[in-house]
Amino acid sequence: MTVAPVMGQRFTFVRPSALPGFGITLGFATTYLSLIVLLPLIVLVWRASALGFDGIWQVATTPRVLAALEVSFVTSALAALLNAVFGTLVAWVLVRYDFPGRRLLDAAVDLPFALPTAVAGIALAALYAPNGWIGALFAPWGIKIAFTPAGIFIALVFIGLPFVVRTVQPVLQDFECEVEEASATLGATRMQTVFRVVLPALVPALVTGVALAFARAVGEYGSVIFIAGNIPFVSEIAPLLIVTRLEEFDYAGASAIAVVMLTISFVALLIINSVQALSRRRYEGA
Amino acid sequence: MRETALSESRPLQWLLIAVAVAFLALFLVLPLAAVFVEALHRGVGPLLATYTDADTLSAIWLTLIVAAITVPLNLVFGIAAAWAIAKFEFRGKSLLISLIDLPFSVSPVVSGLTFVLLFGAKGVFGPLLDDWDIKIIFAVPGIVLATVFVTFPFIARELIPLMQEQGTAEEEAALTLGASGLRTFMTVTLPNVRWALLYGVLLCNARAMGEFGAVSVVSGHIRGLTNTMPLQVEILYNEYNFVGAFAVSALLAGLALVTLAAKSLLEWRHAEGLPTARRH
Repeated sequence: MTVAPVMGQRFTFVRPSALPGFGITLGFATTYLSLIVLLPLIVLVWRASALGFDGIWQVATTPRVLAALEVSFVTSALAALLNAVFGTLVAWVLVRYDFPGRRLLDAAVDLPFALPTAVAGIALAALYAPNGWIGALFAPWGIKIAFTPAGIFIALVFIGLPFVVRTVQPVLQDFECEVEEASATLGATRMQTVFRVVLPALVPALVTGVALAFARAVGEYGSVIFIAGNIPFVSEIAPLLIVTRLEEFDYAGASAIAVVMLTISFVALLIINSVQALSRRRYEGA
Repeated sequence: MRETALSESRPLQWLLIAVAVAFLALFLVLPLAAVFVEALHRGVGPLLATYTDADTLSAIWLTLIVAAITVPLNLVFGIAAAWAIAKFEFRGKSLLISLIDLPFSVSPVVSGLTFVLLFGAKGVFGPLLDDWDIKIIFAVPGIVLATVFVTFPFIARELIPLMQEQGTAEEEAALTLGASGLRTFMTVTLPNVRWALLYGVLLCNARAMGEFGAVSVVSGHIRGLTNTMPLQVEILYNEYNFVGAFAVSALLAGLALVTLAAKSLLEWRHAEGLPTARRH
């Protein structure tokens, strides 16, 4: 976290500059950040730590909490994986091909960012309910989507899609066509070029996008609760369980689940980050 | 066209385009269409009944108030943070940048929870607030706080990269020519970042008006008093008033479409005024 020392200068907090306003803007920004973001999060950790490690462990390993964490993390991972495939495909089509309506489609990708989650939630529930446009297609075969974990999966795919597309797209755009030309010149077929030259270069961005989609999906609440059915042990997500605990005025229990969720997400992101660093090194070293 | 060494064959291209379009139609367009169809399928009468209902109107009003407080607060923060981070070199800068993005990696429900732990009846400041007869949780201030938390990074993260790309040369020139610090900011810096600022405000506003999870935890769902539009959608839906729920949803979906349109327009017309990552 240190700035490289400037040539021939003393080791100071801020490099001297002709511009005014450093003290006041930094002071205001850090104060506001501390009050709005850091203080609440510190209180959360402090509140949970009052339970002690054993107390948190006890809350986290009750069957209902374990089941909710499993539903949250497993469906989020599955949704992120589906988005990895289709998000890359969408990014590819938007960058590489020209077709009528391409710009419109490009703009539409951000819809999950712009549409309030509650609206997405009731719209998806209406579509995938047994009498909905899509649900009705599956109902005759006895397949239920809404009000089962499959419904949660659908909502999380919706929420996560733009993260993957928007991280892969710029990398694909900046990919130098000389590399593809070189590969073709050396006798590679188009498939070989795509799968062994272009796609490997997208992996670091793809991993970032998938990690962002996953992290968002784990914490997602609004779009999920309407379609999930919210049956304990089956389709109850961890954020909903936090809300339930709060409504029972079990602040400690709610904080414990929240801290466990934050910790698992943090560790997952850490692992993904190191995998990403590894793959980048391997790609750049190749 | 046959498959060449540098591009896929035409049929394969059309197949991939078809799959991508089908996927986006299924997951994005269909839910959006469902909102408007469900809102209108009983005709205009029930729709207008919802829009003239007193509880719905007060939910719309509260949503506007929350956004009107939240966006300026985060705008001032975004400008201050971007000025310090982009125009100066100081220790701990990258830590500060990661802390600004922190709210994006916290579940909205957890952010709501933190404010209950701070200001709720059994929270840290609960007894104190009780003595002074101030209500934050289950009242408007709590809703504003939760919304400010959730939308915290939006404006800062548009301004910081752009101002970093622009450097400090123009500001130094203005100062050398005798302009005051404030005048330099108003006449040099602000015009340079105005499109990115607008972009951040658009995204911040859309999220502020649409936030559900964080607000739901701190609101208490008191009809006519602490219900924002997304919470009103939930209440109407849970009462099986589907037309009403989709009628309010249609307003929010309209807001989302306007936001998307304005955002795309900025990306097409003013790409040079946005951070590099937004130019596509």
